[in-house]
Amino acid sequence: MEDVKPRIGVYYAQNATIVTLTDEKILEDEDIKALEESIIPLIEGHVNLVIDFSSVQFLSSAVLGLLIRISKKINEHKGKLKLCGISSRIYEIFKITRLDEIFDIHEDAKKAMLSLK
Amino acid sequence: MPVFVFDDKQSMTLKTTIHEKIVLKGIISELRTVCAKIMSLGKTLNYSGDDLFAIHLAMEEAIVNAVKHGNKQDTNKTVSIEYDVSPEKMDISVADEGRGFDSTHLADPRLSENIYKMGGRGVLLIKSYMDEVEYSKTGNTVRMLKFNSRHGKTGGQQNGLDSSTSS
Repeated sequence: MEDVKPRIGVYYAQNATIVTLTDEKILEDEDIKALEESIIPLIEGHVNLVIDFSSVQFLSSAVLGLLIRISKKINEHKGKLKLCGISSRIYEIFKITRLDEIFDIHEDAKKAMLSLK
Repeated sequence: MPVFVFDDKQSMTLKTTIHEKIVLKGIISELRTVCAKIMSLGKTLNYSGDDLFAIHLAMEEAIVNAVKHGNKQDTNKTVSIEYDVSPEKMDISVADEGRGFDSTHLADPRLSENIYKMGGRGVLLIKSYMDEVEYSKTGNTVRMLKFNSRHGKTGGQQNGLDSSTSS
């Protein structure tokens, strides 16, 4: 059996919750559903969320849909969503789909956190 | 079975061409094994990391589209993947048993009215990442071509989808 997925790390900072995605590839429907089920409870109420992609080397458009769902949920509660640690190859996916224009993307978690101050 | 064609010097780097057609039940996890095989061939043939990322992404999107939108998740329907892989280019077709669609009339997911939609980006990504993309008239087969960026800058003018490809 494969490892239980998705593996995420959750850290609570002063002004944000940081979710670190630890899988290299995020593709499977089950993984995306499980990610959603892990993240949605973290953003009930007003929360600033930072999602750190620095371990992720490959993802498909299905993940973009999940990010939009998360973004809508956070916006409902007037929180802020920051993405960080996105590799240049994956950033290209955001650029092509123009999602780089609607997501606030930072180089790393530290810079994402600073942008919330 | 793949056919390896060697040149006079028994070099795999010049004239290796692999042709295969694989027909599987429309189950994404099984179809991904074909994608993994093509990735492995690409690595062997020295395709760049960027090229392999592009091919992987396009295949993933094409497979998911074939199973979900084409076959409507009916696992009794098949998806066939046919490929010609050479050191110069990868020519990959993914066909489903669905009714097909008109790829020229898809909503543009980049427009403001669509940008917050959950899906609809797969075809855009396929067209963006592959060098040439063609949908069959019936709309249930996508043929995708990617040139090996390390294999000289031959471009797609004389060797593209409009000309015949040998296997």
